[in-house]
Amino acid sequence: MANQQDHKNAPMATEQTNGSEFRVIGKSRRRVDARAKVTGQTRYADDIFLPRMAYCKLLRSPHPHARILKVDTSRAEAHPGVYLVLTGKDVPIEYGIIPVSQDEQALCVDHVRHVGDPVAAVVAREELTATEALDLIDVEYEILTTISDPEEALAIPAPRIHEYGEEGNIHKRVALEFGSVDEGFAEADKIFEDTFFYQGNTHLPIEQHAAVATKDPDGKLTIWSSTQTPHYLHRALAKVLDMPAAHIRVIATPNGGGFGGKSDPFNHEIVVAKAALRLDRPVKISLTREEVFYCHRGRHPVLMKFKTGVKKDGTITAMDLQTLIDGGAYGSYGVASTFYTGALQTTTYHLPRYRFRGCRAFTNKPPCGPKRGHGTVQPRFGQEVQLDKIAEKLAIDPAEMRLRIVESSNAVTANFFQLSTVNLGECIRRVVKASSWNDRFRKLPEGRGVGLACSAYLTGAGLPIYWNKMPHSGVQLKFDRGGGVTIFCGATDIGQGSDDVLASIVAEVLGLETFDIRLYTGDTDLGPVDLGSYSSRVTIMAGNAALQAVERARALIAEAVSEKLDVPQERLRFADKRVFDFAAPEKGVTFAEAVCLAEGRFGTIGTVGSYTPPKSPALYKGGGVGPSPTYSYSAAVVEVEVNPVTGWVSVPKIWIAHDIGRALNPALVRGQVEGSVYMGLGEALMEEQEFRRLPKKLSHALVHKFPSILEYKSPTSVDMPEVFTELIEEPDPRGPFGAKEVGQGPLLPIMPAVANAVYDAIGVRIDEVPITPEKIMKALAEKKAGREPRFGPSHFPAVPWPEALRIPPPWEGGDGNAVNDPRARKPKAAEREAVDYTATHGKVLR
Amino acid sequence: MMRLPLFEFRAPRTLQEAVRILDGEGSRTMPLAGGTDLLPNMKRRQQVPKVLMSLRHVENLNHVRLGRAGSSLGACLTLDEIARDPRFHNGFTALAQAAGQVATPHIRNLATLGGNLCLDTRCNYYDQSYEWRKAINFCLKKDGKTCWVAPGSPKCVAVSSTDTAPALMALGARVRLVSRSGEREVALTDLYNNDGLNYIQRRPDEILSEVLLDSLDGWKSTYWKLRRRGSFDFPVLSVAAAIRCSNGGAIEAARVVIGSAASRPLVASDAANFLVGRSLTDETIAQTASLAARIAKPLDNTDFDMSWRKKVTAEFVTNALRELRGDDVRPVGPHRSSTI
Amino acid sequence: MITLPTESQKTAHIRLNLNGEQTDVSFAPYKTLLEILREDLGHTGTKHGCELGECGACAVLLEGKPVVSCLVLGVECDGKSVLTVEGMGTDGALHPLQEAFADLGAAQCGYCTPAILVTAKAFLDEHPQPSREQIREALSGSLCRCTGYLQIFEAVEEAMVKIAERRKTAA
Repeated sequence: MANQQDHKNAPMATEQTNGSEFRVIGKSRRRVDARAKVTGQTRYADDIFLPRMAYCKLLRSPHPHARILKVDTSRAEAHPGVYLVLTGKDVPIEYGIIPVSQDEQALCVDHVRHVGDPVAAVVAREELTATEALDLIDVEYEILTTISDPEEALAIPAPRIHEYGEEGNIHKRVALEFGSVDEGFAEADKIFEDTFFYQGNTHLPIEQHAAVATKDPDGKLTIWSSTQTPHYLHRALAKVLDMPAAHIRVIATPNGGGFGGKSDPFNHEIVVAKAALRLDRPVKISLTREEVFYCHRGRHPVLMKFKTGVKKDGTITAMDLQTLIDGGAYGSYGVASTFYTGALQTTTYHLPRYRFRGCRAFTNKPPCGPKRGHGTVQPRFGQEVQLDKIAEKLAIDPAEMRLRIVESSNAVTANFFQLSTVNLGECIRRVVKASSWNDRFRKLPEGRGVGLACSAYLTGAGLPIYWNKMPHSGVQLKFDRGGGVTIFCGATDIGQGSDDVLASIVAEVLGLETFDIRLYTGDTDLGPVDLGSYSSRVTIMAGNAALQAVERARALIAEAVSEKLDVPQERLRFADKRVFDFAAPEKGVTFAEAVCLAEGRFGTIGTVGSYTPPKSPALYKGGGVGPSPTYSYSAAVVEVEVNPVTGWVSVPKIWIAHDIGRALNPALVRGQVEGSVYMGLGEALMEEQEFRRLPKKLSHALVHKFPSILEYKSPTSVDMPEVFTELIEEPDPRGPFGAKEVGQGPLLPIMPAVANAVYDAIGVRIDEVPITPEKIMKALAEKKAGREPRFGPSHFPAVPWPEALRIPPPWEGGDGNAVNDPRARKPKAAEREAVDYTATHGKVLR
Repeated sequence: MMRLPLFEFRAPRTLQEAVRILDGEGSRTMPLAGGTDLLPNMKRRQQVPKVLMSLRHVENLNHVRLGRAGSSLGACLTLDEIARDPRFHNGFTALAQAAGQVATPHIRNLATLGGNLCLDTRCNYYDQSYEWRKAINFCLKKDGKTCWVAPGSPKCVAVSSTDTAPALMALGARVRLVSRSGEREVALTDLYNNDGLNYIQRRPDEILSEVLLDSLDGWKSTYWKLRRRGSFDFPVLSVAAAIRCSNGGAIEAARVVIGSAASRPLVASDAANFLVGRSLTDETIAQTASLAARIAKPLDNTDFDMSWRKKVTAEFVTNALRELRGDDVRPVGPHRSSTI
Repeated sequence: MITLPTESQKTAHIRLNLNGEQTDVSFAPYKTLLEILREDLGHTGTKHGCELGECGACAVLLEGKPVVSCLVLGVECDGKSVLTVEGMGTDGALHPLQEAFADLGAAQCGYCTPAILVTAKAFLDEHPQPSREQIREALSGSLCRCTGYLQIFEAVEEAMVKIAERRKTAA
């Protein structure tokens, strides 16, 4: 596509045109939205109060699995102060984030699938009234068998939680084989088999989801919501409300934290939209913390079995990975999550042959989905802990072993992912040096230890969720005669600083300050589509779109100024809010004058830019999940102290190096790294989305153990260790100014590094996350009894795997297609996106 | 947003007025001090009093009177006031440490001593919203018939989660309970029942007005709290210990109390008696710890695994006693505030 | 469950000193200070993340002390002084803490920021030269999911220096 070619060398060109010194990029700056945040003026969704606004509350299922026989709303409707009661029949159309998983209803019509599934909505003058009126709705249920976990889901095919999926209560099964894994194992000197379990956990943004909808004076719908994906919410609303998308405006309010938890279209958003249209007045919903736990979409619990063959020097000959995934009650992003549990194993270390089989089961719990590191976090834990075990058996230092096998820049992996810059080796070297690894590893006294782990992450998903040929991100720029520049873009700031990324790119190219830029983002009426703040895609995609738009504008302005000053365009520099001849800096105009010159020459100045990721060579079915324009890399060393009597783990210090390409605003980049470390440490030590199955003889109940921010343990300010952060900056040709992602990748190495450090400290393996003192005590007891010093899962159940699609890797002459796909004809490149999520279903909703 | 149910509000100025209100309204009225326990419970509809009677405006409920013969502390002193009062050391140390480890700085600025002593017992099946409790068909403590922690149990096993009660029990404290019909002093060790539902001897018409202590001259005390995080969390196990030594170093008197391991703080009398006449050698400490740990019977109704809580009790008591001996055992630094 | 009528009018009235200004407000008597600030006084700078005292996002200064406004009854605030993030700056200028938080990346999503700012203000007012450990402890009543706290600590330390310099200059 044209815009891609435009962009191949764009960042470097800009650096030269504007002189070698960046004025904005690379400087730690006050982010553009900082003042609003420190003065409390940032308007989050729940801060919106509109005249005549009514409040909505949802009645939720008290049963994990049941048929709805009857809903009687008459008592609630008669309650004073109640304006409206909605039930499933008012919003029956199914929706979901992924085309093949359109399995949610805003209010359940006849089937509830987890405690917390919404059944009815009350809209009232006061929120308290709406809350109390919920108890006046009478619902008759027929209880169905409770399915608590994937093993039960495999064993109990009926009743089905959903009528679609592979079979019974299996939602999705995938099997891919890249080269003959059996041959790879035959070449190995040693084969390692390990089973791991990664417990589910949740995002816990401090802002609880909220939305306000209103019918505009002209009769259209506007909704403000704390969503990371206004574009997908826009689509879902159009579908469920059966309204033209053109008559719906979605405004993503700044998110008070997202982490992936606000990436699905949600039932409460649809309900308030419906209610606002019905009542012709604004309707707000503000979820309680407990309800946020029911929205969930958090980390999937995953049971994993790794079989890895290695040579004596640590070279990997083959890997076989099976994952069994607890999906919860709905599809959500689950099809993608399933692929992600096997996608990125190939991107860190050279893996010549690889087989991956994944299975996601439906269970009667809130749906799992994308949380920071989406689906790749769990197998990364397993892989990095297993590597630590391998290194020990082979008597190679684990850092040294990793350095021997790191994948190289621009490689195409066994599963046909095109890598760009890879600086994992440098990341490892930096943390090894900074942490004095060589003086500490296996050398600290009993009870103290260090552990190392690495990771890779996408810089934006290479394919959109819905098949289309359009850009993934678009930016419009408007220039006014006073020199003001306004950015319009669908990108959503969830706290990560995406507004600042856009402003900094535009300001750098035009020689302005970020304060000179206005932003209208996350609004489907005002800006071109950006797919959303997920998969670490905004810096590269919206950033490149902004770069294209601003370079186009710069060219227009330069042409006009060049004519006026009679200076060749190549000699013009944009800096200090001026446009001038760099050979004679006094010869120039102010930026405002320059805009006026351009407007006089070309008419109203406005430019657009857009970005579409490069084509991926992964042409096989399922190859749509995992490709990315480029990948970030991280390495971390964690130091722990473990009390051998109680198993208590404390973490005094963490060293982390992140391959960022280029840090656009280092203060914000460091914040993303440290925030990822923080969240990773929470997952490593304490965070757990845990459920209670009451005794089966007495009850069918399956409830979230404790859906509160008190009992879901998120580390506090006194629990946070010191973090030493290093950024590795080799500009990536695919990123704007060379930037790669930083929002998710640095989380990934923390959990395995903690586990490896615990082993270094006291010689027990905790093959399970979170790593709690109870588990350490149990492993220590095993050690004392002379058994395997380990705590973790002991078996991986039999899953009825389908025959794997066989894709010969590049070095075996593969072309990216499967050799045994009965339904596949070789897709033309342009059709390839359609393969993505629809692979084995054949049902595509476009 | 979680909202309070409707209630009537009273703000008496004197204790006499307050007890008159309680007498008139009966159990439908609940006294409100800091509100940090009662208000969340009301928002979750665990308690729905008709009348809230604030104690904040009642005079003479936040005094600190320290004397050679004994001391008295007003029930409405905030936990922060206690934690930061430099007069609370040596004998009082356990109280200051307990108060200083309750919840968060923000909560401690509101929460009161009396409120923490009367803290409702807690349970994973109880401290939940009305909707959540409906999903388990409620429990013995509120609206239901089954104790889900111990389904065979005829009584509620919700756990005593107060920090200050074990500390004050170790200091031999008494409390004054005032009602319209009179007042009484009750030893703190007698204030609690080992019953999660009917956990306190305070009658609904009584106000806990002050805490009374005999002289603590010569005493040393300490409080250890086990919790997942260094802030916010309720104790999942606690130990309060106090000793008085002779000039020769032998222990003349001792008290050891285990908190958060039952529906009331447990007095470890065997452990305390064992200490008397001995000095704090490693051997003595080990034996005392194992005697104290014996009485802890934690159940599966708090954070952490109950068997782990049981297993680490001895280690926890050991830490407390070593600290009393003068060892530098209290951990500092990140993620170590709860370290054991 | 329903024991009382749930329609409630604004029958309670209090006068408080809000950010230095005498303020009268009428509200439904069941409301907490948090609800009154946000819903009846339009001060939405104060946030909420649980309404149960478990996250600290709603912290304000009540009589100069940080408290969780979700657990303070409105009817108890008559005659009291309340400081929210809206009252941090003076004469149109940001408080040094606000400057430092903005400059050093201490506010990411910004949702816990108002609570942490007022808490830090009360803390620095009382402890002009705190150690890192004291800062950690003072801020341990508010959860932040974005930053990992370290840039927040640094911002408090930066503000501490700025405030000390200002005092010096003034003296």
